[in-house]
Amino acid sequence: MAEEVKVFGTWGSPFSRRVELALKIKGVKYEYIEEDVYGNKSPLLLKYNPVHKKVPVFLHNGKPIAESLVIVEYIEETWKGNPILPEDPYEKAMARFWAKFVDEKCLPALWKAGSSPENERAKAVEEACECLKTLESALNGKRFFGGDTVGLVDIAANFIGYWLRLFQEAAGHDLLSAEKFPALFKWSDEFSSCSVVKDSLPPKDKLLAYFKAHIAGTKAAETNASN
Amino acid sequence: MGEENKVVLHGMWISPYSKRVELALKFKGIPFEYVEEDLQNKSPQLLQYNPVHKKVPVLVHNGKPIAESIVILEYIDETWKNQPRFLPQDPYKRAKVRFWTSFVQQQLCESLLTVIKTDGEVQQKAFGNLFEKLEVLEEGIKEIFPDGNPCIGNYNIGLLDLVMLSMFSPNNKIQEEVFGMKIIDPEKTPLIFSWLTVLHQLPLVKESTPPDDKVVAIFKFVRENALKSSLA
Repeated sequence: MAEEVKVFGTWGSPFSRRVELALKIKGVKYEYIEEDVYGNKSPLLLKYNPVHKKVPVFLHNGKPIAESLVIVEYIEETWKGNPILPEDPYEKAMARFWAKFVDEKCLPALWKAGSSPENERAKAVEEACECLKTLESALNGKRFFGGDTVGLVDIAANFIGYWLRLFQEAAGHDLLSAEKFPALFKWSDEFSSCSVVKDSLPPKDKLLAYFKAHIAGTKAAETNASN
Repeated sequence: MGEENKVVLHGMWISPYSKRVELALKFKGIPFEYVEEDLQNKSPQLLQYNPVHKKVPVLVHNGKPIAESIVILEYIDETWKNQPRFLPQDPYKRAKVRFWTSFVQQQLCESLLTVIKTDGEVQQKAFGNLFEKLEVLEEGIKEIFPDGNPCIGNYNIGLLDLVMLSMFSPNNKIQEEVFGMKIIDPEKTPLIFSWLTVLHQLPLVKESTPPDDKVVAIFKFVRENALKSSLA
């Protein structure tokens, strides 16, 4: 039975990588289409995600789905092996709660901390640190948020597990450090080095270069704005 | 009600997030104890059950707490498998419901709250945003109501319905009193208007709806507070 599974994404996006990671965990073969989101979104992308016009978009036998965590739950429900969510409804609810916390609180706080002008940075960093501390408490001595294997929360927190440390290196900040968040820091090592994850991550040098260029660009814009 | 299935809901009477959980329990016929929280004076239990957000609603099932209204709604549907089912069985249809629920929750509700809490240019911009998003939803729900008009008979209330009806109503009178205009305009978004009309006429919803003057009063209160604190 020929199954058509396609992912529209961009190489650096943690959101489209979430979908690819879920597919890799499930061992599902898929075709990947790289979108040029800054330059030229493809007509197919705009057709399949008219509401948000963003990546990732997932296509299964011609039927499109948008929103990375909605897609991940669809993948979980469609391909039953190597579960990403616990079976118990309460544990499932806990996983969804933390995935939501990452998406709706942690990530916005981290963006803000990384992009705030100098005078607002201290407060933004403090809020981001509070989020990381709270997230760390959800680990509770486990290797992954999902227990012994990567689960929904690990997938949702992929930015924290890999992208953040590279961004920190490029920006010269130290938000997620081994001293401040030992358990979360250790988790990020486990996450980004575990076999099913590391093959689905963007290349380190390319991402680092991208972040450096982005930061330089932001600084230049700030300087121009204040001139 | 036996101790093996004890359900407690910590909520607040005007919170739409709390209301949708309350209605979900009622629609499923699940007996529960309701604890009204004073948000200026949160109970120690609430703070213990939801240390991360310290908010309502919190559902406590046999002593185990769950926070975040949509997470709670999915939990209720997975634990009490009787009708109405809040999500369809088919994974693709489930994804569609979750997609639109996320859209309503994150985009529409956010715009509405901005409209309520701001004035002047900021509010005007927020209105524009809100109407734009309502039009997107109007288009999007055509695939959910392919026959055009939702009708009240045997309506199977679901996740998207619960989230939408707790935040929006077709009651133009209230909207005109609070905002000076219709938010859900039967001419601009006829499908949303008739959908909300059906939802708000369901007996369980009707009996849980506070009287108009109370709703107007709370909107005005929230708005005044928000405007005051933004001047401070």
